[in-house]
Amino acid sequence: MREISLHILDIVQNSIAAGARRVEIKSTADTECDRLTVTVKDDGSGMPYDMIARITDPFVTTRTTRKVGLGLPMLKAAAEMCGGELRIESVEGKGTEVTAEFGLSHIDRMPYGDIVGTIVTIVAANPDRDFRYEHTVDGRTFVLDTADIRKELGDVPINALPVLSWLRGYLEEGIARVGAIS
Amino acid sequence: MKTLADLQKIREQVQKQMKVREGKQRGKIVVAMGTCGIASGARETMSAILDELEKQGVSDVTVTQTGCKGICDKEPVVDVAMPGQPTVTYGLVTPERARAIVNGHVIGGEIQSDWVIAQQD
Repeated sequence: MREISLHILDIVQNSIAAGARRVEIKSTADTECDRLTVTVKDDGSGMPYDMIARITDPFVTTRTTRKVGLGLPMLKAAAEMCGGELRIESVEGKGTEVTAEFGLSHIDRMPYGDIVGTIVTIVAANPDRDFRYEHTVDGRTFVLDTADIRKELGDVPINALPVLSWLRGYLEEGIARVGAIS
Repeated sequence: MKTLADLQKIREQVQKQMKVREGKQRGKIVVAMGTCGIASGARETMSAILDELEKQGVSDVTVTQTGCKGICDKEPVVDVAMPGQPTVTYGLVTPERARAIVNGHVIGGEIQSDWVIAQQD
């Protein structure tokens, strides 16, 4: 993966595969602590305790189409490469929370990348699930919650193209207001 | 500045479109979004498809996603299912190819045979 935003897209796919109805993504950049923290929290099926311990092993996966699962191992490597870490908390039947920490100014930190493209892609392909994206830079926060959008739209699907085009602009403006993460 | 209040106008606009086609969807495009797909550019492919559909004013095609299909070396992989035609699986779908598939196949009805990796009736 070339960007943290692509990892976010990938980790959200795990949530979707786990049957999540709502996924909350939170990115916090803090210059003073020199930390970038990304969490993806879902209400999906969760994992049994012994699975959590093994889940960053590339040869552990629930899929049947191939025998390796590289998503979490690659994210772990990306975090550890720049003085960060990966944490996974999961309760079977309740959901999973994945937290990746990165050294914000570390030379080996992957760029944050196109988060707007990631969020629009997720919403476009999953109109029946809810997503929240919280973006904080040095204490200033922008929040997008598809539940609020859905309320305004009534019977119009959230993945109608004019809605997605509005969403792209809304995210771009909101993120520019509080500050992009490089 | 864009606000949630803009959505009322968009809602009315989309409702009008939906009325014209009586809520019917004509076709379906599915982008594979496994780790392999994402690492190969599936997000950019998806963005190009959405953008081209909107540019061409196509509002009756569903765009959705699936996971890894086991053909990781051909990612990004995109399925196109149009009525009266077999479901076509395209491989190595760059954003440029994605736009050509939208125009040629989804709008023009002509399967873009150079990039087909599978067909299913």
